[in-house]
Amino acid sequence: MADMSLTKNLMPEQDPIERAGNFDEVALGYTEELARAEAKRCLNCRDPHCRQGCPVQVRIPEFIAKVNEGDYDAAYEILKSTNSLPAVCGRVCPQEKQCESKCVRGIKGESVGIGRLERFVADRHMNREEKEEIKVPESNGHKVAVIGSGPSGLTCAGDLRKLGYDVTIYESLHKAGGVLVYGIPQFRLPKEIVAAEIDNLKAMGVKIITDAIIGKSITVDELFESEGYEAVFIGSGAGLPQFLHIPGENLLGVYSANEILTRTNLMKAYREDYDTPIKKFSRVAVVGAGNVAMDAARVAKRLGAEHVYITYRRGRDELPARMEEVEHAEAEGIEFNLLNNPCAIHGDENGHVTGIELIRQELGEPDEKGRRKPVAVEGSNWVLDVDTVIIAIGTSPNPLIRDTTEGLTFTRKGGIEADDNGKTAREGVFAGGDAVTGSATVIMAMGAGKTGAKSIDEYIKAKK
Amino acid sequence: MFKVVTKRFLNDAKTICLFEIEAPLVAKHARAGQFVIFRLDEQGERVPVSVAGYDREKGTVTVMVQAAGRTTKMLHTLNEGDCIADFVGPLGKATEMEGLKKVCVVGGGVGCAIAYPIAKEMHEKGIEVTFIAGFRSADIVILKEELSAVSDKLIMCTDDGSYGEKGFTTVFLKQEIEANIASGKAQFDRVVAIGPDIMMKFLADVTRPYGIKTIISLDPIMVDGTGMCGCCRVIVGGETKFACVDGPDFDAHEVDFDSLIKRSAFYKDEEDEAAKHICNLTGGVRNG
Repeated sequence: MADMSLTKNLMPEQDPIERAGNFDEVALGYTEELARAEAKRCLNCRDPHCRQGCPVQVRIPEFIAKVNEGDYDAAYEILKSTNSLPAVCGRVCPQEKQCESKCVRGIKGESVGIGRLERFVADRHMNREEKEEIKVPESNGHKVAVIGSGPSGLTCAGDLRKLGYDVTIYESLHKAGGVLVYGIPQFRLPKEIVAAEIDNLKAMGVKIITDAIIGKSITVDELFESEGYEAVFIGSGAGLPQFLHIPGENLLGVYSANEILTRTNLMKAYREDYDTPIKKFSRVAVVGAGNVAMDAARVAKRLGAEHVYITYRRGRDELPARMEEVEHAEAEGIEFNLLNNPCAIHGDENGHVTGIELIRQELGEPDEKGRRKPVAVEGSNWVLDVDTVIIAIGTSPNPLIRDTTEGLTFTRKGGIEADDNGKTAREGVFAGGDAVTGSATVIMAMGAGKTGAKSIDEYIKAKK
Repeated sequence: MFKVVTKRFLNDAKTICLFEIEAPLVAKHARAGQFVIFRLDEQGERVPVSVAGYDREKGTVTVMVQAAGRTTKMLHTLNEGDCIADFVGPLGKATEMEGLKKVCVVGGGVGCAIAYPIAKEMHEKGIEVTFIAGFRSADIVILKEELSAVSDKLIMCTDDGSYGEKGFTTVFLKQEIEANIASGKAQFDRVVAIGPDIMMKFLADVTRPYGIKTIISLDPIMVDGTGMCGCCRVIVGGETKFACVDGPDFDAHEVDFDSLIKRSAFYKDEEDEAAKHICNLTGGVRNG
């Protein structure tokens, strides 16, 4: 009999005051007891809507049923059959907008904590004592190159390897993982988790070459002509940070969120034993309110900032970040300056930031996406005193491949044009993730990687 | 891991050192004007350095590095056969030289190491090269023979006159431009200048009244070097550009030097502090 309680079992968390001073993971994960209790809330619907909400169609009721039975290995097998990175997804997916938004339990009360259960199963598998032997699928003799080792690239590579392809991932940075490593902070996604998932792929026979920039160190033409790949998947992400184009944006103390996050997450500037420097700051304004903005704000707090303000031109109902991230940020003392849009950054005679000038906004008519449009209140300008401004308003696709690869077509925003199957204008070249769509989510990119792998398999089979 | 094949100090003061690194992927496509990013070991920072040469057959790339901060000082303690963790590139755009006939290349200090491959490639393409190489004093002069081999005319100068002519590069650049006018010879169709920001700013002032297009190679602070962090942004012609993907070469007459100079000094305190903490026993090398 299902447990009909209206709320999810609470996720154990580090104390907010304590965690705002460290980089350890905030959400501690369900215990076995909590997981079993939460699994009992699932009705195991005959027509599970939750699955339709998942970009990689995880067999949700099936794995939850196995948790309920206490057969965690079977639960893991079910997860892994469609999702190559469950420990990552359980932590960073916007479940409330995807699977959990479709859960029937959500009609009255809270949905089943699907993400929390996914994390529990993946973590339990990772921490078990006896390590299983990873099966190395036999080679089918066909070579595929994957560009980028972020969520789309890793997923595409994993799926293709399972089908027998010899897959090599090319990564431009010195460490594999893409945004999972340089972007998402340690306290939200421990890098050890990412490393373990990548080690699994390597054990399956996926090759990863770091320090290799496609378009610079090696071109797409060379991948086909001299390296002998039959297909290429581009999952190079949306690396290029956008700025606001307002006065004062090049003052000292204005950063892109990417810079703050890369310095701390990839280069570990917060640790004494690493060389990369990071400035001390005390009053920080973060512009934007997506997941990246929340990450940047919480990193700034952990680096010792006394006040961290999120400035966002819309209101609370429009915040684009995952609900859990907003709640965590608030609990840690991040202050929200909603309905405020920056128009200038002020500095002193040495070029250091002294404040950010904001204009108050009101919400007008809904735009084409149904979100209410912010309208500036004339004459309402005010200056928030800060020494640091972090811009987190999104990213654009990196131009390196665009500038060096013939035969591809691009969207107005600079993304690679690809159809629903990931096919680009150039034969044998497939693409997916942020490189195509511009900045989106980890799970959307994984979905695109999955689609890309399927299309590449069909393409190579048809060629034979 | 990337192996140091050759290591050689380039001047008496041992301030600038040449490293030939085994890096076949970089060597295959590297061109003059581009740069690489290296990282010593797991705890190391990513540091950009210009390509000073390459051997496509051997698969090696040469860089010439001045010991300035902690990482470059640590690099100087490595020996032939040692390895560094990362060496990635080539990054940025190569220096444009299509259609040029007569160029004046100006290098200041370690900037000569970056200017040298540009002059060399121009020389090989049959472009007439005048090279003005400026140094503070004789003990830090580098590449005497190499520069002479790739220049139609070479002027070496030092601030104190201890080697070559006495004076700044700006003086000799102006002299050469004026000499072209006085003798009725063709004027330079391009000046390429690489050196300290302040030198490039004054060189830009020299060429501006003559309307000679002047290209400078910038070396702002970078983190990833692939367009991701935006740390290296510079204002060029009123627009924000990223030196790593849009540059590193820019039109000197369009660059906002004041902002550039301020941004380059942003981490000065941290650099000074870090440089103090280099271990006397190991030179700070941890895993190398």
